[in-house]
Amino acid sequence: MTASSTPSGHSAAAPRLQLSGISKSYPGVVANSGIALRVQPGQIHAVLGENGAGKSTLMKIIYGAVKPDAGSMAMDGQPVAVRNPQEARALGISMVFQHFSLFDTLSVAENVWLGLDKRLNLAEVSRRIVETTRAYGLQLDPARPVHTLSVGERQRVEIVRALMTNPRLLILDEPTSVLTPQAVENLFVTLRTLSQQGCSILYISHKLHEIRALCTACTVLRAGKVSGACDPRAETNASLSRLMIGAEPPALVRRVVKTGDIVLEVKQLDLAREDQFGVDLSQVALQVRAGEVVGIAGVSGNGQRELLYALSGEDTRAASGSIVVKGQGVGHMSPARRRRLGLHFVPEERLGRGAVPSLSLARNLLLTRKDSVGAGGWLSIGRLQAQARQTIERYQVRCGGPQAVAKSLSGGNLQKFIMGREIDAGPALLIVSQPTWGVDVGAASQIRGELLKLAGAGCAVLVVSEELDELFEICDRLHVMAKGQLSPSLPRADATVEKVGLWMSGLWAPAPAAGSAA
Amino acid sequence: MDSMALLLASTLSAGTVLAIASLGLLINEKSGIVNLGAEGMMLCAAIAGFATVIHTGNTWLGFAAGMAAGACLAAIFGVLVIWLGTNQYATGLALTLFGAGFSAFAGIRYVQEKLPEQTLYPIPVLADLQFIGPALFRQHPMVYIAMALTAGLVWFLYRTRAGLVLRSVGESPESAHALGYPVRRIRLAAVVAGGALCGLAGAYVSLVYTPLWVEGMIAGKGWIALALTTFATWRPARVLLGAYLFGGVTMLQFHLQGLGVNVPTQLLSMLPYLATIVVLVLISRNPLWIRVNMPTSIGKPFHPGA
Amino acid sequence: MKLEMRPQPSSFWAYASPVLALLVTVAIGIGLFMALGKDPVKGLQVFFWEPIKSPYALGELLVKATPLLIIALGLAVCFRSNVWNIGAEGQFVIGALAAGGVALLADKTTGPWIVPAILAAGVGGGMAWAGITALLRDRFNANEILVSLMLVYVADLILNFMVFGPWKDPAGYNFPQTRTFDAVTQIPRLMPGSRVTIGIVLALAGVGALWLYLYRTYAGFAQEVSGVAPAASRYAGFSSRRALWVALLVSGGAAGLAGALEVAGPIGQLTPYVPAGYGFAAIIVAFVGRLHPVGVVFSAILMSMFYIGGELAQSRLGLPKSITGVFQGLLLFNLLACDTLIAYRFRLFESKPLSPSSQGAR
Repeated sequence: MTASSTPSGHSAAAPRLQLSGISKSYPGVVANSGIALRVQPGQIHAVLGENGAGKSTLMKIIYGAVKPDAGSMAMDGQPVAVRNPQEARALGISMVFQHFSLFDTLSVAENVWLGLDKRLNLAEVSRRIVETTRAYGLQLDPARPVHTLSVGERQRVEIVRALMTNPRLLILDEPTSVLTPQAVENLFVTLRTLSQQGCSILYISHKLHEIRALCTACTVLRAGKVSGACDPRAETNASLSRLMIGAEPPALVRRVVKTGDIVLEVKQLDLAREDQFGVDLSQVALQVRAGEVVGIAGVSGNGQRELLYALSGEDTRAASGSIVVKGQGVGHMSPARRRRLGLHFVPEERLGRGAVPSLSLARNLLLTRKDSVGAGGWLSIGRLQAQARQTIERYQVRCGGPQAVAKSLSGGNLQKFIMGREIDAGPALLIVSQPTWGVDVGAASQIRGELLKLAGAGCAVLVVSEELDELFEICDRLHVMAKGQLSPSLPRADATVEKVGLWMSGLWAPAPAAGSAA
Repeated sequence: MDSMALLLASTLSAGTVLAIASLGLLINEKSGIVNLGAEGMMLCAAIAGFATVIHTGNTWLGFAAGMAAGACLAAIFGVLVIWLGTNQYATGLALTLFGAGFSAFAGIRYVQEKLPEQTLYPIPVLADLQFIGPALFRQHPMVYIAMALTAGLVWFLYRTRAGLVLRSVGESPESAHALGYPVRRIRLAAVVAGGALCGLAGAYVSLVYTPLWVEGMIAGKGWIALALTTFATWRPARVLLGAYLFGGVTMLQFHLQGLGVNVPTQLLSMLPYLATIVVLVLISRNPLWIRVNMPTSIGKPFHPGA
Repeated sequence: MKLEMRPQPSSFWAYASPVLALLVTVAIGIGLFMALGKDPVKGLQVFFWEPIKSPYALGELLVKATPLLIIALGLAVCFRSNVWNIGAEGQFVIGALAAGGVALLADKTTGPWIVPAILAAGVGGGMAWAGITALLRDRFNANEILVSLMLVYVADLILNFMVFGPWKDPAGYNFPQTRTFDAVTQIPRLMPGSRVTIGIVLALAGVGALWLYLYRTYAGFAQEVSGVAPAASRYAGFSSRRALWVALLVSGGAAGLAGALEVAGPIGQLTPYVPAGYGFAAIIVAFVGRLHPVGVVFSAILMSMFYIGGELAQSRLGLPKSITGVFQGLLLFNLLACDTLIAYRFRLFESKPLSPSSQGAR
């Protein structure tokens, strides 16, 4: 378990990390089964797989947060047993989490200190932070409380914390979902520097083009097993996709767009933040017509949450006329009233907001559909069950029936049910936030197909998503949200990753005078 | 003048009970656990301490017994809430109801007993000063212990790494767990420490404050101590000040009665409870103050993944 | 030994948990009896056989159960809405006070209309008292646990003040009590020879009403969601403010009704001993009954048996009456512990490692 004295970079020596036969099961699901993995010193090694393939569990096993049911692990040729994160850190394994392990009310230095095991005092740690950030070209003030940092800056705290342990193996779990394309480039520079110094990097992602741009080796996981290993530089998106899901990504039928009247118009929407951790909205303006799919791109934390609250009616402080649906100012209307006008909404949080986890699917219909509510508020249980059964069948929701509780469904199936609930209401306007986040590829393409079908039937659709690929696939026009402001509209044909990336930093040309359509 | 000095002195004494209990609850809540069983723990500690002194004659043993009683009950609460994941509020209530019943049951044979009057320890020189001498420096040592406890807690929480770890557990147990800290054991330690302090406060009530045993003698001080932690926005120094404030309000009723003010006694007895409500309203009006200072994970259950 | 989360909550344990909790409490009780040198068989008899062995005994059981059941029904609504009304005892007292005040207006010439007036006053008093808590939570975000609890002490002191002062019976030899209420104010008995009043009928009607409300009305659904998933409630457009007020007013009104029934029923006057701790015991009744209208009936009967058993234990076994409180507290503790089994399973050994090729359950 001592640090090996093998010089880094010699691939004839033992691999930096070797896993064999790793297996882990939870009640009802096999997360990892017989996984074998080999990472050479200084290698940037991708672990590719769709949502639910078992990547996160595997990383937690390497990091010591989870104990495997079977299998062995070796570092630099020596067998090791990692029983907890402290032992992992002692071995030189460091992890940057997908969902940050940060403490909002503490300062950057305190957060980093908590992640280190050495007997350093706080002042020492602050000094080291300044050194490290300078060495890697990052920007970070040790004294700032973490809750004042943007999402990208918070990730930097996680990265600095990991770097300061002088890692020999750095694990990054989906690091780019919170970054603009430019910030992604900066991250890659940092990672390449690290790898040249001999540190091995395990890069978890499902984004094919990133893996091909950055990584020199790749292990693909599918349904808990290794489905292949390759060099991503020699692969195409199609071949990687075949390894990941067994088929090429399904091609969506490009449809003929026939737009009708304006259904949603947002005019000069200004909204102060609700609490101190929020973002102010400033002069947001957009239009969505019947039959078209409009997207809002942007890294979370730029005001999307606030905009969605204002649009759905969960926040009624907006000026009445600043949000207009079918000609009516709805700024002050409650969600129920907006639904009566035909505005339906699918939030990004499924359990707890889109559905009540402990209630059955049938009862969850009642959140937004009142078809089974009779006069005087009496519920018709029979009609409710039938309605639930219909939704389940129509959208191929895999579950234990209308009586199954919402939290027993997988993410993809629950999302299909919630989507089905809202689409079957026959909305004039459907707003969706992060439609396929955490959803497996099969369900994701089904959901995107449903959205396109809905638009084809004449509904106006507004999609807010962090996944640019998704927006490029289904949207006719795009906006970008940055720092509480909304960019002008960009037709799909004119949208490129570079341009959108630039706009994500707020660098768009000011919109032409109000009144002209995008 | 003399009566004012006496009022001040009794304020310190009354405030000490609330201070010690509330500091214990503060340690609890810093780790993210709310223990509504404060009243029950204090009652059991009061009878435990009282019975111990009756049988052994040693006051300090009595205090120790009180602390042990509080710690034991808190440990049971802690195991239920932290390992079995029971609802914190319901379990705390269960503790209070059980503590009330058990203390009444165990205390039956002690109802007529009396303890010798507690000796005060006047600090030499200082105790002879005009006015502030009798006001501040003729107290039972526990009063000074409460002040030392406050200072110690401030140092622990904000100047040591252990205190930082405790605060981080209360802030985000998931993050602390991901970093490898034994969240559940840290929380249990906080809960037991809090229980021990509540027990100490309870023993103080039955040994020094009103040296006898009566069913239900804590009379809501445990609940007021809970309110105090919120009122003090989870800062130890503010807890001490708030405790003295409440002690003062409680003593005010006797003072006013002594002055012959013509208000019904029941109305005066209501003062501490009404004051608590007023104080809660004032502090809760601004959700910002609470949000910034409250340990974020309070009341929420924590389940380590694997 | 480890705890492992179940994929689906166990419906078997949802029903079995209270039973197991009762068994564990009984086991501890037996141990307690033996430690105190009392015959455990007699102890069990006193608690579980005596209270049900004759029609008269059953009647007494129902008399005790009525206020517990009514208050617990209200608390079930409250706790399901995640509003923690701990001050039901105070609402009970103020309801009793208001009802007593109306009862004192009666004299020889008053007609039977006074009875509904008394009950209405009780409900109103309880609602008003709970309304204070609701107002302070609604407008100032003050924690309802602490406010409602402080108001219990205040309510007791108000009652104390009234019976020591303005309402004291002038012909009562200076005892702190009001005069006995006129016969016409008596809550009608169900049958002669028993102290059971129509209160039990009201309680059972409440059970039915609660069941319909929770499971068959849209309003009940909205109320439930506000307690269980506030973000979903906001998403659906349900008003969390309305949910708060409904929860507190319903539970306050129920507690006040129970107070009125007690004061105009078995007690027949206002004394400082009106607060009997029913408001707190009802919290236990509500939990042990799983916050379910039918479950609460069973747990109310169970808790009444504890009360009566405690009184009998005093006269028959020489144990202090306060042993009731010990058992009630123990029951709640055990119930909370046993409830773990609904969501979790105990694993005695570490999960066996799988061979790399096995699939496991899927």
